[in-house]
Amino acid sequence: MGEIFVLVEHRQGKIRDITYEMIGLGENLANQKRTSLTALLLGQDVKTMAEDLSSRVSKVLVVDDENLRNFNSVLYQQALSSLISKYQPILLLIGHSAFGMDLAPSLSIETDLPLVTDCIGLWFENEKLKAIRSIYGGKVNASVSLKESRGYIATIRPGVFAPKPVGEKKGAIIMEHSPLKGATDIKKFIEYIEAPITGEDITQAEILVSVGQGIGGPEHIPMFEELAKNLGGTIACSRPVVDRNWLPKERQVGISGKTVKPKIYIAIGISGAFQHVTAMQGSETIIAINKDPRAPIFSVADYGIVDDFKNVIPILKEKVKGQTL
Amino acid sequence: MNIVVCVKRVPKTAEADIFIEKDGKDIKKDNLVFALNDWDGYAVREAVALKEKFGGEVVVVSIGPEEAKEVLTRCLAMGADRALRIEEPPSSDACLIAQILSQAIKTQPFDLILTGVQAEDDGWGQVGVALAQILGLPHASIVNRIEIEDGKAKVKRELEGGLEELLEVKLPAVLTIQTGINEPKYVSLSAILEAEEKETKELGLEEIGVTHKEPLHTTIEQVSFPPVGKMAEILKGSPEEVVGQLTEIIKKKKG
Ligand SMILES: Cc1cc2nc3c(=O)[nH]c(=O)nc-3n(C[C@H](O)[C@H](O)[C@H](O)COP(=O)(O)OP(=O)(O)OC[C@H]3O[C@@H](n4cnc5c(N)ncnc54)[C@H](O)[C@@H]3O)c2cc1C
Ligand SMILES: Nc1ncnc2c1ncn2[C@@H]1O[C@H](COP(=O)(O)O)[C@@H](O)[C@H]1O
Repeated sequence: MGEIFVLVEHRQGKIRDITYEMIGLGENLANQKRTSLTALLLGQDVKTMAEDLSSRVSKVLVVDDENLRNFNSVLYQQALSSLISKYQPILLLIGHSAFGMDLAPSLSIETDLPLVTDCIGLWFENEKLKAIRSIYGGKVNASVSLKESRGYIATIRPGVFAPKPVGEKKGAIIMEHSPLKGATDIKKFIEYIEAPITGEDITQAEILVSVGQGIGGPEHIPMFEELAKNLGGTIACSRPVVDRNWLPKERQVGISGKTVKPKIYIAIGISGAFQHVTAMQGSETIIAINKDPRAPIFSVADYGIVDDFKNVIPILKEKVKGQTL
Repeated sequence: MNIVVCVKRVPKTAEADIFIEKDGKDIKKDNLVFALNDWDGYAVREAVALKEKFGGEVVVVSIGPEEAKEVLTRCLAMGADRALRIEEPPSSDACLIAQILSQAIKTQPFDLILTGVQAEDDGWGQVGVALAQILGLPHASIVNRIEIEDGKAKVKRELEGGLEELLEVKLPAVLTIQTGINEPKYVSLSAILEAEEKETKELGLEEIGVTHKEPLHTTIEQVSFPPVGKMAEILKGSPEEVVGQLTEIIKKKKG
């Protein structure tokens, strides 16, 4: 029987956390199917990464090619479809990240392997793959079944599965001949652009008053800024607030913004999408204020207030004013 | 520069009470408000901005029920030139949607196809990149800036943690558009009324050569409310009482 493959996600010389989470999940699935788990590492000069991985999995397949140094979906796809036809894995796990979202859908079409994206649960039932996905903004879970196939591709939501720690394994590192025939000119990586370091550093704050799309408009921002000031904290926000120019980008908490771990995180009018939650769930205490009792944010919060923020925030703001909390 | 933009009509669920259908396969939708998928609005505005710069035509395409005409009209009011509504298959998945879109778009002249990064409702984040592969075109996903020069799109992709990636993609190509790429603009009622005069062409699946009308990869077996594992302690009482409790919690936790 075919193995289970995990596609290693790395960037700028570092393996990304999602890789270890997929190894954790992949190992369970491999045990269930009585097969083995193999990590696929595509890149250039990846020896250190291969050694790290070999302590966690029984086999690491390495394709070392200068054209795989930085992620390029066209070249990654070429290499992967060739590995897939050679090894016929029953399942390939890829991160549901900027890397995986650019790769998995086109790879699935090319290889004709059914794809299920953004999984928060995954298992085999008889020969079929089944998945749990979180839909409608996290308010509902869907159990999804895939059509019968010799192999599958699934992308995995970051931050959901327990990562596989560094282990005692001495996995084999196997160098695979690169199937690439040079570079491509239809899609070219040029460079990385780092986020500019400007303004307030919200990662240093002890208290964050974080506002979302639910505050309705920029007219309420001064009130939240005042509340933050009265609490001795800083204002932060979810992504739509930045997209709509209500606050600058440096205030954004989330997967494409900053990861924060303050003592107290107060989320106001934020629904709790995973792209937001993965970057703030490490906060010591989380308080959510939202008028929808079913908002997913309440399942990560420690304390919740189900109400319109307009009924609560003005009172809170005055109450904490001048108090040394 | 001819641009096709794929747009989806989605139910707005963030603030709504959600109920599950009797058959357990979807949520009840009759009491929900529908609108243009947020990501697709950014894609339409981007297409219109490119058209204003380079000339050409913007065509918006949607697979959906008759009511999808409303979101198409909105797109026309935002500056798109023509709209196509394709009949919706009885049940579908991301792969089937990409397949149908490819059939519909094939007959249109285009240099660029834009989609949203993901749909707010099912959130596959899959249709755009799958569509590119079906049409044999290059793609870039999660794009937050586009510059066009000599038959190429120089684009910025958004990665994690504020990092971005600059790359070059040969045209024609498919780009999936991220929110924030441009600024939302108010669409006036008079623009909507005017847009209602523009034609929306309606096409059946057979007319565009689609014969397979079943999901290709995935079917939803059941939907359910997420298990309430760890749930917040909800503070109860009048706003004053709630704020009182909250201040005590903040005092204690601040240490
Ligand atoms: C590739 C990618 C990267 C992303 N990166 C990020 C990221 O870094 N950070 C991020 O935040 N998002 C990110 N997102 C977007 C994410 O998927 C969600 O769309 C976003 O987090 C939703 O923001 P929100 O909770 O503010 O808005 P919504 O989901 O619209 O929620 C608004 C909430 O406010 C509540 N509300 C409304 N009115 C009131 C009121 N009067 N009083 C109290 N509550 C009220 C509603 O009940 C609702 O729960 C990303 C998405 C993608 C695809
Ligand atoms: N029914 C549809 N009709 C037209 N375009 C769609 C449809 N469904 C998805 N799309 C496009 O594909 C993008 C990604 O959707 P998804 O892969 O379903 O998350 C959306 O932002 C739209 O641009």
